[in-house]
Amino acid sequence: MDVVTSPPAAVSPPRVRRQWVDLLGAVIRTRRGALGLALAGSVVLVAAIGPFVAPYSPDQSVTFPFAGPSSQYLLGSDMLGRDVLSRVLAGGWELLLMALAATVFGVFIGAAAGISAAYLRGRVDGFIMRTVDVFLAFPQLVFALLLVSIVGPKIWLIVVAVGFTHAPAVARVLRSSALEISERDYVKSIELQGVRPAKIMRSEILPNLVSPLMVESGLRFTYSIVMMAGLAFLGFGLPPPAPSWGYMIQENRIGLSLNVWAVAVPVILIAVLTIGVNPFTDAIARVAIGLDSRPDEALIDDTVVEA
Amino acid sequence: MSSLVDRSADPLVEAVPARLEVKNLRIQLSSTGAEVVGDVSFSVHAAELLGLVGESGSGKTTVALALLAHARRGLDISGEICLDGENLLELKAGALRELRGAKVAYVPQDPSAALDPTLRIGFQLREALRVHPGAAEEIETRITEVLRESKLDSTPEVLRRYPHQLSGGQQQRVAIAMAFACRPSLIVLDEPTTGLDVSTQRHVLETVRSMCRSYGVAAVYVSHDLAVVGGLVSQVAVMYAGRVVEIGPTEQVFGAPIHPYTRGLLAAVPSPKRAEVLTGIEGQPPRPGRKPKGCAFAPRCSYAIGNCSVERPVPVSIGDRYVRCMRARDIEKESYTVRAALPAAAAETGDSLLKLRGVQAAYGRQRILYDVDLDVYPESCTAIVGESGSGKTTLARCIVGLHSNWTGEITFKGSPLASGARRRQKEVLKRIQYIFQNPYTSLNPRKTIGQILSEPLEHFFRFSADERRSRVNRVLEDVSLGSDFLTRYPNQLSGGERQRVAIARAIVVEPDLLVCDEVTSALDVSVQALTVEVLRRLQSERRLAMVFITHNLALVRSIAQTAVVLCEGHVVEVGPVEQVLEHPKDPYTVRLIEDVPDLAEVGSLPEVAPSTN
Repeated sequence: MDVVTSPPAAVSPPRVRRQWVDLLGAVIRTRRGALGLALAGSVVLVAAIGPFVAPYSPDQSVTFPFAGPSSQYLLGSDMLGRDVLSRVLAGGWELLLMALAATVFGVFIGAAAGISAAYLRGRVDGFIMRTVDVFLAFPQLVFALLLVSIVGPKIWLIVVAVGFTHAPAVARVLRSSALEISERDYVKSIELQGVRPAKIMRSEILPNLVSPLMVESGLRFTYSIVMMAGLAFLGFGLPPPAPSWGYMIQENRIGLSLNVWAVAVPVILIAVLTIGVNPFTDAIARVAIGLDSRPDEALIDDTVVEA
Repeated sequence: MSSLVDRSADPLVEAVPARLEVKNLRIQLSSTGAEVVGDVSFSVHAAELLGLVGESGSGKTTVALALLAHARRGLDISGEICLDGENLLELKAGALRELRGAKVAYVPQDPSAALDPTLRIGFQLREALRVHPGAAEEIETRITEVLRESKLDSTPEVLRRYPHQLSGGQQQRVAIAMAFACRPSLIVLDEPTTGLDVSTQRHVLETVRSMCRSYGVAAVYVSHDLAVVGGLVSQVAVMYAGRVVEIGPTEQVFGAPIHPYTRGLLAAVPSPKRAEVLTGIEGQPPRPGRKPKGCAFAPRCSYAIGNCSVERPVPVSIGDRYVRCMRARDIEKESYTVRAALPAAAAETGDSLLKLRGVQAAYGRQRILYDVDLDVYPESCTAIVGESGSGKTTLARCIVGLHSNWTGEITFKGSPLASGARRRQKEVLKRIQYIFQNPYTSLNPRKTIGQILSEPLEHFFRFSADERRSRVNRVLEDVSLGSDFLTRYPNQLSGGERQRVAIARAIVVEPDLLVCDEVTSALDVSVQALTVEVLRRLQSERRLAMVFITHNLALVRSIAQTAVVLCEGHVVEVGPVEQVLEHPKDPYTVRLIEDVPDLAEVGSLPEVAPSTN
């Protein structure tokens, strides 16, 4: 590894950046990636800087309930007369962070299980995959609800519960990708050195799963958002008065005819976010596959591979 | 410079116009307009075979597909492709569809992929005739006829079979029968024998040639295998970077090549008759859009002068051929030097380093190896030769421990080896190194070359970072790659460079035994020559013992001292290379050697007896 970080000075190699920098650069240059980043990025921006620019406190009543938009309260007020704009701005970052944490947790567990099953095969494979089958038999939301209703709505529990429901599906997908990688010659060549399986999985197999990992992460992130909002809507999110996009939809729907914005704005933000994340991660996956091939060469003549 | 082969001056030929006339064919990328193929002109007469040869990336397949007025997505064709006087590029989609299959037929590289696995052979053959009404009056008679001509049984039993019930050679015969069924004017064969064994290949080639002759079909035969083309075709066109660099009668082009690229290519082809030092061509062909201003070959050419990199060469007519080189007339005078003979190295005797006794191996229930005995001596190279399915790769995998389902005894330096790599000691794993067949899958695409090479050092030794760095640098020099490769990723390397990295990874730990499994079969011939030379040099410099597995008998001469012939899991012959190749005893070896095409016998594909399979 040391050799790589400090190449000999005498020669002048083409400047090599880390692979992921190239990858992200290439992603942004694709139409798909740029569109996704613009959509998801704008929502993330709203959530990130929102708490600092909110004109009013999100928890205090400032006017009568369900007031329409006015120059003073741009998006009107909610069921308790709180400023909708302030609640929207303040209520995003928590949802985003929780969804992110749940995604990381779920993809991590799922990937670890899937890769181990694929590489170790045999009984480990059987045990992991049958366990996965059992968990897949539960509907995701019901499973999360079950956990939360037993222990009560706590942030860590919601994160763990949502993340855990992702793991089985992630494991399934990554197992099939890892199965193919495990049979590649470069893995065999490391095996011939007598390297430990854990290290092979970490340093040979995992880095080659960028593409399915990105797709899964994007997909699971949007699922996380939807599930968190859904749990909040069902009353299993953070206890009120904390502002939350999901809970806002639920508490304000009775006033839909009076001030539609109290419901519509959180809905739109969640929708734009989920719509944006998918093309972005999809672009990463496509570029990651493309980086491994040389498209202009492949176009001319296929490489001759004899039997 | 409209036509490379302009034979209008020849009164004899003028009477019969060429069936296929390609003029100024240009194929470019639709996106950037970069030239992929340019300025290609040639003509093929009835009953004549034109060979289109070149390495991967030369554009030969692209030209072959263009002859059917087809281009892959993202490519545009312009120029003129006239078949019996009709320009295919001006035809409408409907007319083109009627023409394809009926007047122009195509035989693809891989018949198992070209035949529909769910349809019976008979159905697929009839289909070809049915969609072109008028091609044959009596479909069934024609099918019987065409099957007989392609040396296949024409019994109803064969017609009822599915493609997977036929062997690879039979499948390719079916594809050829299909192509000839409508009696086309032109037939395009795209590497039709690449996946076949030498014996099958020879029969298929003979069939193609006799059918072209008897029906006056013009044929274009695309191949990377110069020896095969040399024995088959009367005219040959050598392609480089999308252009024809030399075209003319085969005996002249292959017998006394003029263009430096043709010369380089021929010097790289191993001969089964002589032990010679192979010379490859350093460097890589330019990619479309990055072609140099002058001659595309100039950067790799040893004859290049200053003007070569400035001016595009135009074809020069010399005798019956055209050579796209501005120094053609100077080079013609310089004799075409024959390769240096290899110093004779005696096969080692004494104590063997690796000893196999009664090794039997199986995949599941299927037995692959039967009672294999083998000795590999220190500092010498043993070649294991056999056709596909002979068990040679399984044998290699047993030795290195990738395949553990075997019985018998394998001893290394006197002590027995455990069956699988996981059960072997670290020291043994270090002493025996394995090089994989396909360099495109044997290097982790997410690691730099530096990482790939220093990993085994970290694993097997306790060197300081400085020591590791200097060893990695030294081994890169040893395989003729510079230290600027350290920070590159495998996808930035060509196939030959990748295989050299794989060699470097194996020798960086200073092993005693190197097992090379078909290490050149995925490489072009000029790259194969370079790779084999690197291996041969390393083997003698580092006093390595080597097991060299190959299906290419000709290659054995240039690297090994001892040859072992494997046939269906049995060792049928063992001995010094000269003895096995020149005085083979086993009938299987005799047949194998007879069927190997040799460039020295240009235009002399021996007539074969009608096949009986």
